[in-house]
Amino acid sequence: MNSSALREGTARVLFSAAAAVSVVAVVLICLFLFVNGVPAMAEIGVPEFLLGAIWRPANGLYGIFPMIVGSIYVTVGAVIVGVPAGLLCAIFLSRFAGARMAMLLAPGVELLAGIPSVVYGFFGLIIMVPIIRGLAPGHGPSLLVAALLLGIMILPTVITVARNALDAVPRRYYEGALALGADHERAVFCVVVPAAASGLLAAVVLAVGRAIGETMAVIMVAGNQPVIPGSLLDGVRTLTANIALEMGYAAGLHREALVATGVVLFVLILLITLFLNAARKRGGR
Amino acid sequence: MAEMASVAERVTEEGKAPAMAASTVDLAPAKMAVAHLGLRYGDFSALRDVNLVFPERQVTALIGPSGCGKSTLLRCLNRMNDLVAGCRVTGSVLLDGQDAYRFVDVNDLRRRVGMVFQQPNPFPMSIYDNVAFGPRTHGVKRRADLDEIVERSLRDAAIWDELKDRLRKNALGLSGGQQQRLCIARALAVRPEVLLMDESTSALDPISTAKIEELVRQLRERYTVVMVTHNMLQALRVSDRTAFFLMGEVVEAGPTDDVFTHPRDGRTADYVAGRFG
Repeated sequence: MNSSALREGTARVLFSAAAAVSVVAVVLICLFLFVNGVPAMAEIGVPEFLLGAIWRPANGLYGIFPMIVGSIYVTVGAVIVGVPAGLLCAIFLSRFAGARMAMLLAPGVELLAGIPSVVYGFFGLIIMVPIIRGLAPGHGPSLLVAALLLGIMILPTVITVARNALDAVPRRYYEGALALGADHERAVFCVVVPAAASGLLAAVVLAVGRAIGETMAVIMVAGNQPVIPGSLLDGVRTLTANIALEMGYAAGLHREALVATGVVLFVLILLITLFLNAARKRGGR
Repeated sequence: MAEMASVAERVTEEGKAPAMAASTVDLAPAKMAVAHLGLRYGDFSALRDVNLVFPERQVTALIGPSGCGKSTLLRCLNRMNDLVAGCRVTGSVLLDGQDAYRFVDVNDLRRRVGMVFQQPNPFPMSIYDNVAFGPRTHGVKRRADLDEIVERSLRDAAIWDELKDRLRKNALGLSGGQQQRLCIARALAVRPEVLLMDESTSALDPISTAKIEELVRQLRERYTVVMVTHNMLQALRVSDRTAFFLMGEVVEAGPTDDVFTHPRDGRTADYVAGRFG
């Protein structure tokens, strides 16, 4: 074997090993989740676990339905708050802002991504919760605050991914629209933005993943009652909060039920991602 | 009409390019004209004192080696150069005697002076929506009107029979030649008066090229066409008039037959004989 073949062989092994690390990690995490979570689900009973409305581990009641609903509510709220603002901001940065304006704004967006989630939570607790309390006495930590805060937290994801998608739209589409007599706004909103639709949906997918998985900030502002919220001002507990709040002291079936909560979260994220990706592929065609 | 003719005369009289003088006095009135046109990108002078007329319902071919300024001139006619940072235009571009850079609203100018690009650039949407984009931009809303415009435009671009059963399909699924004829249909849909073609066949195969050349010959009956081409045989086959560019200046312009068979300038003779460029 000559030396170049040897070198290539070594490189191949190294790169394959590096690639394998991430795959192995995913497989191991899945394995851990399902091995530890599924037996608990079977013991509690799948319908009782998924659709049970009462979570009271002390009494042996393990219904996580309120947390499933809570996670979905909070995520939908965050998307309603964060996605329109993020997309418009990305369109502005990509197509309207001058070079100087973009140079000022883009680092701001990056900074937003670098703030630790506990700091966001702190901001929510100290600033947003008292405002809500002032407007609606008796309320404070709530679905509303969690959704608003998460909406802000997903902004950098939405903006960065959407802006990249918009920047990647070939110049010839924009020029083609102008050459037909369209003004800048029409060319951007009716040609460039639709041309980037697939990338914009990818931004939404990532934002949903970020919102549904966020834990710390949500715990700090959401109230965490394991009850289905009746209004925007009621407290809410998400799947992630459920795990993080109780894992420290749980034991036995309680502990396994929390791992099973992780399984449900995992499957939920998987379903949403698959669904949105399918929509993206169909839209992209 | 008298006003248009006078514009042609004025340009001819003012034009310093001596090559223009004899040949410009054409009976057809000038639809567009450029006078003393200069264009700079920063320090680089891309066009210098260009004087040309584009008579109504004639095909004018702009030829010359790469970088000679012919595409730049084309992009002055519908002000696409406005998009280029650091680009400065001097002199005037006239459409029906009106200065395109001063008096005509730029979006209105681009509606009246359509453009087909070098690379086919259909939008990533359906064939119908591509053609309807221009009319919708200019306020056509009624479905029946749009249907009629789409059909007429596709017929004018000689592609209706090929596409009529797949109007809802994405335009990106078409072949390169079909895409380019779709782009021509899209440009025609806003009823332009002038059609600019920027090497519109250079990315296409010979059969598609032949179809588009045939199409240009038909369009000439209703539109004023200005085309940039690298293919001298194409200029000879399709155009009524030819202007030869070199280093940002017009060397010679006139009826195509004269330019190719009796060029007055040695450089034109060398170029059309294929000795350089």
